[in-house]
Amino acid sequence: MRALNVCVAVALFFFAGSALAQQARLSLGTPATPEQIRGWDIDVRPDGAGLPPGKGSVEQGEKIYAEQCAACHGEKGQNPAKGFDRLVGGKGTLATPKPVQTVGSYWPYATTIFDYVNRAMPFTAPNSLTADEVYSVVAYLLYVNDIVPRQAVMDAQELKKVKMPNADGFIPDGRPDTDDLKCKANCK
Amino acid sequence: MSVSRRRILASGAALAIGGMSSVKSGEALAGAVPPDVPEWMREQGGPILSPAYGLPSKFEKDVVRRIREPRATDTEAFSVTPLQNLHGIITPNGLVFERHHAGVPEIAPDQHRLLIHGLVDRPLVLTMDDLLRFPAVTRIHFLECSGNSSTEWRKSGYHSVQRTHGLMSCCEWTGVPLSTILGEVGLKPDAKWILAEGADAAAMTRSVPIEKALDDALIVYAQNGEMLRPEQGYPVRLFLPGFEGNMSVKWLRRLKIGDRPWHSREETARYTNLLANGKAYQFAFEMDVKSVVTFPNADRSFKAPGSYEISGIAWSGRGHVTRVDVSVDGGATWRRASLQEPVLDKCLTRFRLPFSWQGQPLEIQSRAYDDKGWMQPTRSSLIAARGTNPRYHFNAIQGWKVAADGVLTNAST
Repeated sequence: MRALNVCVAVALFFFAGSALAQQARLSLGTPATPEQIRGWDIDVRPDGAGLPPGKGSVEQGEKIYAEQCAACHGEKGQNPAKGFDRLVGGKGTLATPKPVQTVGSYWPYATTIFDYVNRAMPFTAPNSLTADEVYSVVAYLLYVNDIVPRQAVMDAQELKKVKMPNADGFIPDGRPDTDDLKCKANCK
Repeated sequence: MSVSRRRILASGAALAIGGMSSVKSGEALAGAVPPDVPEWMREQGGPILSPAYGLPSKFEKDVVRRIREPRATDTEAFSVTPLQNLHGIITPNGLVFERHHAGVPEIAPDQHRLLIHGLVDRPLVLTMDDLLRFPAVTRIHFLECSGNSSTEWRKSGYHSVQRTHGLMSCCEWTGVPLSTILGEVGLKPDAKWILAEGADAAAMTRSVPIEKALDDALIVYAQNGEMLRPEQGYPVRLFLPGFEGNMSVKWLRRLKIGDRPWHSREETARYTNLLANGKAYQFAFEMDVKSVVTFPNADRSFKAPGSYEISGIAWSGRGHVTRVDVSVDGGATWRRASLQEPVLDKCLTRFRLPFSWQGQPLEIQSRAYDDKGWMQPTRSSLIAARGTNPRYHFNAIQGWKVAADGVLTNAST
């Protein structure tokens, strides 16, 4: 009988435990509709997930770049205005004392250019370019960095295939990377 | 009753009758210091609600955030906290450092929405009203930009601790554990990463590992007892204790659950640490154990020989500070500083050490240790490991030189 009581107590304990776990759901908020999600779901991944329909050529990108980008980032991505990012060049400089980290020399994925231009550029009018215009600007930036030919047209399929020069340049967090970061004796 | 006491009473009566705001008084009233009685004890002070939201004394007008150098824009920009003027561990809300990628959006809280979707069972839209109904927690944590003191990779030339280390603040944060909210939406089995996206004009975006999200991540709406300041993400931000500040995405509008990281611009082109060999650390999240002496400092240092208290702040993004040693001879000998309670995880700890200055030149340093076995390295060992190209995660021992006249300068210049 006592054993049975213990069993009941144990069973009740687990039941109460799961009831508590159930209570963790508060049913707050409103279900997100597919339409709501579509409006905000702008992120793009290196595997191409999230790239929207549309396409753009180097030639179209050259025009848009001249109008929307060159004032800060410089003509053809060279000689940017003071304080703004240089987008072109720097190849072979990453392991030197004066690394030049540009889209061409440093960025590991071409999809990230699309994602960033789409969400944050142009600086004075973010969220103003169409998908075609973003594809065009990306095509142009890849062209001026000698990554795609002048006749290239970028769309979701083409962009995710682009291999960036520094694609293999990133490694996981290597810390602790010096003995001087880990205490061996008399540490407390 | 003494003569001077009677005089004071007499002029006090004259003030009350005449309603004058100031009184030309006799000799005994001329000064503010003993034995004289100051003028502000002879009339009523300012009224309440002046202003309704209180401000610091006008005599503290120089205690402000500053820029380090002018930048091309004032929206893709940052300001630094005046660590040299702060006491204890809490940064007042108006002095918390700022780092924006596209300025500070002005968001009415009833217009703000947090969308949670991706690899979840029940995608949700939360309003601020919804968020305020969740069970809340309050925690004290530091927030450090991973670029803090990055000028010291190469000799900075900055002598002010505000400029070298001021991308660091510490507040009491209130909000909802992210794990609670993820319980509401229900994670799919392959949920490994979470994209956090801001509602600013940069739609600032970072990928957060699910382990952190389920550990101590918070969805924060209040700091130091009041709603977030606009520049801190009003009405709601992500807060990842101990991780590089950039990941605590402000003006949080969206969380998308996925099976891999997104490699956004802010985790590839930026916030990656380029090493001497040309490779770069990516997804290096924790802020290392670190400390810095904040008194003496470039604004206020030793004046005359005598008694002082050396003081500073220490912290670790992995746990809590267990020990801080202080050297006044450039690291040749060390003394253990006392740690001011409370000593909390991923939080500033104030350290103090009594010191008697005899007027000799010094190089003051501090070195912190944490409960996870990490310690603060020397600048030379850190540079030997990584070179001088990194722009982030500099946590080496900081030296301050004090000359015989008390002038303080950065020892690494």
